[in-house]
Amino acid sequence: MYWTLPTATFFISIFLMLCGMLVWELVSPTIERSGFLIISTTRGTRFFLGLLGSAFIHLAWLGFTDLSLWIALPISAVWMIIVMRWG
Amino acid sequence: MKIKKKTIGLLIYFVILVLPIYWMLNMSLRSNADILASFSLYPRDITFVNYMKILTDSSWYMGYVNSMLYVFMNTVISLSFALPAAYAFSRYRFLGDGQMFFWLLTNRMAPAAVFALPFFQLYSTIGLLDTHIAVALAHCLFNVPLAVWILEGFMSGIPKEIDETAFIDGYKFPRFFITIFIPLIRAGVGVTAFFCFMFSWVELLFARTLTVTAAKPISAIMTRTISATGLDYGLLAAAGILTIIPGALVIWFVRNHLAKGFALGRV
Amino acid sequence: MDKWQDNKAWFLVLPVFVIVAFSALIPLMTVVNYSVQDIFGPGEAVFVGTEWFKEMLANKRLHDALLRQFLFSGLVLLIEIPLGILIALAMPKKGWGVSTSLVILALPLLIPWNVIGTIWIIFTRPDIGLFGVGINSLHLLEVPFDHTATPLYAWITVMLMEVWHWTPLVALLAYAGLRAIPEAYYQAARIDGASPWATFWYIQLPKMRGVLTIAVLLRWMDSFLIYAEPFVLTGGGPGNSTTFLSIYLVKIALLQFDLGPGAAFSLIYFLIVLLFSFIFYQVLQRVGKGEKG
Repeated sequence: MYWTLPTATFFISIFLMLCGMLVWELVSPTIERSGFLIISTTRGTRFFLGLLGSAFIHLAWLGFTDLSLWIALPISAVWMIIVMRWG
Repeated sequence: MKIKKKTIGLLIYFVILVLPIYWMLNMSLRSNADILASFSLYPRDITFVNYMKILTDSSWYMGYVNSMLYVFMNTVISLSFALPAAYAFSRYRFLGDGQMFFWLLTNRMAPAAVFALPFFQLYSTIGLLDTHIAVALAHCLFNVPLAVWILEGFMSGIPKEIDETAFIDGYKFPRFFITIFIPLIRAGVGVTAFFCFMFSWVELLFARTLTVTAAKPISAIMTRTISATGLDYGLLAAAGILTIIPGALVIWFVRNHLAKGFALGRV
Repeated sequence: MDKWQDNKAWFLVLPVFVIVAFSALIPLMTVVNYSVQDIFGPGEAVFVGTEWFKEMLANKRLHDALLRQFLFSGLVLLIEIPLGILIALAMPKKGWGVSTSLVILALPLLIPWNVIGTIWIIFTRPDIGLFGVGINSLHLLEVPFDHTATPLYAWITVMLMEVWHWTPLVALLAYAGLRAIPEAYYQAARIDGASPWATFWYIQLPKMRGVLTIAVLLRWMDSFLIYAEPFVLTGGGPGNSTTFLSIYLVKIALLQFDLGPGAAFSLIYFLIVLLFSFIFYQVLQRVGKGEKG
């Protein structure tokens, strides 16, 4: 499968995040609510939107700028927090 | 005479719908030389030469056998896996049920082209390349989610009290599920099987990518023929007509089920 | 219906999870691994970071294919949805005509996708096809009809094929929606002396909302993934005029065997589809809730 260190790190961190979500869900179950996204969302949905949004932020960064991709990472993290908190 | 106009319109549409198929039938009954020599709206000298060639040449007719085999395997696998899962989704709330359902559906919508290459690598690694089961398993990627989706709809239409009564009567789950529940949603199982058959039968990309010779489906053999023998339109048309027949037969047998499924507003 | 709360239900879902994960997750991981490496041969790969993504995002042909794809899927919806509704309205409501119509309608849906392409090659060729010969014998067109030579004609042929192939699905769904309307509604409309147009606009169309949403989303998604039919019919040509996303992807990944760029392209394509899938799912759920509540 041609594993490399960066891709392995990527998948392990996604997996750890999923485990974290699972534990969080067991400790305090989610309540459905609607924030600035029009739809009503659960915590899992917001997490998914956060990840998907981060992917698109990285792609846009790569497509439109020549700056280092590392800058896109904190931007994605901010997006993730916004979605999780107010989404 | 409003109704009459409507019916005439519908008839015209049906004629247009059938016309391309008729044209292929017309071509399949003529020899290639005849097709290229003269233009004719119907076959003047009907010949079954093209059909004879396909039905006597094993590299052709084995294609049909291969297609049938993996479609059948896929339908059985999809149904037997999807039935319990659909029951779980229709009856229970559990951790991550919404996410799970969504994830299943995304696979139904994933572009086959994205998966074609890694599938080839995966199946050659585990040594399943060029087998019927490989294609059947690959088609599960979109058929299992679809089956879960359709079956869940049918199961939700069955009141939960039936389950409760059966459990009070001392039925264990497997026995209840097989002897009581599945017969209740017979029509739904029929409709689901039909859709699994249909999507597995019409798919080309996986089937072509994952097979070399031993399990090559008829549709892939046809594509190869286009490039290999130049263009033998008569032969190509005959092969095409033969691929339509199984589908037409299946739809004829399930047409009443289908009408019922449609009446339930759930397909 | 209130559902039972029980995490043991996972045991029923587990087999499905395993079989789909086997077919979905392993290939996905493989694609991610390919997308950041330059692979020369078996076991020989060099890490190149995000280079392939950058290359693909700047790829002019990919942009063109994406635009073409949106245009195609948009046109598909504009033509197939109204046509499908019209057909559903014209279909008989009872008697032997019902199952006959259903069978005829379902026929194109059961033909293998590449055979659809073959049918349309045979049907539209300017030398032997009924459509090709017919339209050229009318002498209406400035340039003789030949879908292998003129991009516009290639587009028309692909559109015709697509409409021929999939409008029946829309019609079947719309018909299912119409059948679900209770007779009482029509009686009420008749008593009020409503015109057929008013009946359609105020009763039939709102009642079909659910199935029509499904039809729109299914047609959008599936036309976005179209591969076999145009591949057989035009091979993406003439030039690149009918090269849609899937055709271009297969060209890169399987035919040129450029694993890295192909994988990067796959992931970008997959992300776009994932976004649509999410919207699809949300809308479907909303429609479902609207019907029950």
